[in-house]
Amino acid sequence: MKIIRCAHKVCTILMATSKPISWRVLLLGIFLFPIYIGAQELILQRDSIITINLDEVILISARKALDYHRQPKPLSTLDEYLESSKKVDMVKRGAYAWEPTLNNMFSERLSVTIDGMRIFGACTDKMDPITSYVDVSNLSKAHIASGQQGAEHGTTIGGAIDLELDRGNFKETGFYGGLETGFESNNQMSIVGAELNYSDSNFYVDTDIIYRKAENYFAGGDEEVQFSQFEKYNVSANGGYKIAEDRALTASIIFDEARDVGYPALTMDVSLARAIIASVGFEQDDLWGSLRDWKSKLYFNKVTHVMDDTKRPDVPIHMDMPGWSDTYGFFSQAFLRLKKHQFLFKVDGYYNKSLAEMTMYPNDPNELPMFMLTWPDVRTTNAGVYVEDELNLNGSFLKIATRMAVQNQNVADEFGLNSLRIFYPEMEKSKTRFLKSISGQWHKMWMPWHFNAGLSYGDRAPSVTEGYGFYLFNSFDNHDYIGDPGLVNEKSMEANAKISWEKSKFKLTAEANYFHIKDYIIGEVDPSLSVMTIGADGVKIYKNLEYANLFNTSLDMEYAVLPELKWTGLISYHRGTDNNQENIPFISPFSYRSGLQYNGRSFSAGLRITGAAKQVNYNPDFGEDLTQAYTVCSLTFGKTFNFNNDSMYAKFGVENIFDENYSTYTDWKNIPRMGRNFFLTLSYSIN
Amino acid sequence: MKTIKSFIVTFIVALVLGSCTSDGDDTPKMDENPMAEFNLLASIAANGHSLELYSEGNNGFTTGYNEIFVRIKNNADESYFANPQITWLPVMHMSSMNHSCPKSDLAVTEEHNTVAKGYIIFQMPGNADEFWDITFTYTVEGQEYSLTETIDVAAPSDGKQKVTSFMGSDDIRYVLAMVEPTDPQVAINDIRAMLFKMENMMSFPIVENYSVTLDPRMPSMGNHSSPNNVDLTYDSNAKSYNGKLSLTMTGYWKLNLKLLNDTGVVLKGEDVTVENEASSLYFELEF
Repeated sequence: MKIIRCAHKVCTILMATSKPISWRVLLLGIFLFPIYIGAQELILQRDSIITINLDEVILISARKALDYHRQPKPLSTLDEYLESSKKVDMVKRGAYAWEPTLNNMFSERLSVTIDGMRIFGACTDKMDPITSYVDVSNLSKAHIASGQQGAEHGTTIGGAIDLELDRGNFKETGFYGGLETGFESNNQMSIVGAELNYSDSNFYVDTDIIYRKAENYFAGGDEEVQFSQFEKYNVSANGGYKIAEDRALTASIIFDEARDVGYPALTMDVSLARAIIASVGFEQDDLWGSLRDWKSKLYFNKVTHVMDDTKRPDVPIHMDMPGWSDTYGFFSQAFLRLKKHQFLFKVDGYYNKSLAEMTMYPNDPNELPMFMLTWPDVRTTNAGVYVEDELNLNGSFLKIATRMAVQNQNVADEFGLNSLRIFYPEMEKSKTRFLKSISGQWHKMWMPWHFNAGLSYGDRAPSVTEGYGFYLFNSFDNHDYIGDPGLVNEKSMEANAKISWEKSKFKLTAEANYFHIKDYIIGEVDPSLSVMTIGADGVKIYKNLEYANLFNTSLDMEYAVLPELKWTGLISYHRGTDNNQENIPFISPFSYRSGLQYNGRSFSAGLRITGAAKQVNYNPDFGEDLTQAYTVCSLTFGKTFNFNNDSMYAKFGVENIFDENYSTYTDWKNIPRMGRNFFLTLSYSIN
Repeated sequence: MKTIKSFIVTFIVALVLGSCTSDGDDTPKMDENPMAEFNLLASIAANGHSLELYSEGNNGFTTGYNEIFVRIKNNADESYFANPQITWLPVMHMSSMNHSCPKSDLAVTEEHNTVAKGYIIFQMPGNADEFWDITFTYTVEGQEYSLTETIDVAAPSDGKQKVTSFMGSDDIRYVLAMVEPTDPQVAINDIRAMLFKMENMMSFPIVENYSVTLDPRMPSMGNHSSPNNVDLTYDSNAKSYNGKLSLTMTGYWKLNLKLLNDTGVVLKGEDVTVENEASSLYFELEF
């Protein structure tokens, strides 16, 4: 506990002293960096891999890499994979469709993409983060980039999660397929999946299907969590065809549908969540001059989300809340490699249409239904240019990246516009914003030391909910939320540093990042407004706070006890305050995880412990309370069996061994997490 | 030469006369039927004439504010009398007494000189034993005629209160009627109401310079209210009380009101609070 208190003190001091940093200083810093670096003495020859990106990559499809050991739980949901990231926490409203947060920031501050494609959820209550519309069967990797380093695929404050689709990519592998099945005891989840792929040097096609069905889960102590069931399936196909030696056409389609999804932490469930995600692409090795790897893509996706409360007993008023989000977009990018430079040029754009409505049925059947548009058919058009340069500076590397974008939002529905004009009579139908991002990231090695540091500036436009939401009920703080189309852009100034020490057996990494976010967008109570939702405590309007500060730091250790046996440990501390030194909600308490992993030739075993300290820095105005400390343990065993050419991989494990009843700071309304759970997965691959 | 001169003079005189007599012309304009888009509520045959009553949107007389268009047809040649002088008197025949209601004068419209326009505010519907009639007294071609017709006044089809008759704390009976919105929207609507006091059974003059506070609520939504409403104040040009009404969603709204006189004394109505869900003075809307 002493350590925690010390860390807390250090951070508080840091945050107090760093207030006056202005973004001009930061920008100046970025430009001054190269000069400063140039003066450094060369210590070591360049590493074979440029490790300037602090991206974290989570391997999802191990099948092609034949690296099953690295997966703690092969058929787990994508959400569980993402949760294994050091910077990602998942907000849980039930057993399904967790919302990823990165650096303790939510979806509106993140850029979440699928193969670079922008998708926006169709639920006004964030019940469908876009990570819920793909499944592990579609994906090979998740790239997690912190802060402005994630600006490649779109404007962001907190960072980016890009989910990379799994594809054959013209490798000479021929036909191969696989069958997978899994079962989890706690919520009786059964999973069945299959894939069939073909790839040669001219043509590839990957197809897969996965189906999951789960009943209610039980928290520790055999407490059934009502309305936590779900059922979903996902089908995808993607292929490529070489029209010439250096040119290829690609296409992909994903169809994902979930039905009967329970959200125990919310007052409503979901009867349908469906997405169609499709793209066609063109790839060419050379463009003109020295431009290489030209890659372009056209895409569209259509998300439909229908909330449903007909299965809930005792609702004060029944309501239908469907939402739709359609996005059309493109991007085109190419690399330019010069002597010491590696440039990436990218242009991209998207057009999104977000519409959501609410119909409430009065208890008196003679009264007419009550109708409102909660998202007034907002059309967002965004076009941007992204340029990055990785510079080799004789022993150190510098990556400079910038994104410039213009974004227009237009309220297309007259009914919705008039609704908002009740609050903002002078409101314009359309609003255009310029969005800017610039970052510099520097990497230097003095073996065995690695040093990374970065400074960046970026801003973002308010999300559809923040700008145009109309009486959106947040069950966490029990308030109705109303958007403000006049919000100014939120601006983030960020500094990060990472230092690691690496010897053959031992690796130690300490890192920290600090965000000073000007005009931080958050809901503030307006006592003059009357609640809409029956039982709500008040109405909040999205406002720009003067600023907020966020600080994240972690210490990461790895020690190879034996070549097959590795120990890892991670501790992290987070802090977020606003300009009045009030706590920002949803900031992680001190947390830790530790694991012991044995990887033999065909046998593997792992023991993992995760936990967090008491959440002392919480904000009751946002519905938070003191979340208690917890520690949970899990144990897994894996074994590979070979039959002729084919192989079968079995993984067995038990999570939350001691059946602890706990919830974390990200659990919506403190719904308890799953209790003891046994799982078994079998993957059979046919080569 | 003379004949030509006199011809030109006659021609010019005719032209001048023809062009400046349009206002005072007693000949009906033979244009398109000005009432084509309106609903015929009643056609009363008497005295060799047919007195026709029209409404712009309604199919019948309802309690509350009724805008009514009147024209008189000469049954002999199917033409309509221009600039008819009409007065009207609606009367409710109750079991114990008779009384009238607030009404305007009937004035010929600017657009069509065969059409007169006015409003009647019925405070109550008729029923099996009690009924409304309207006596029209009109002068056409220099002769005065009179007729009385019984009419059906129904409560609005949605049963919502658009007019209220009440005793103020000053012991004066008032009638307050909502004129607008007739087509409410999820938006900031213009709200217009008219206030009359009952001088006697037959006289209901307009009350000026009072004010009406407005607090719209949705009883089915836990008495949800809306922001940016504007209380109704007297507009001497329109002779009505005008304000702004915000409606955040469709459905049933109860517009809770308070009537204040020109010195700010509350004559009727109460504030809506947690304990007091509604005012005794209110209008209703459902859309």
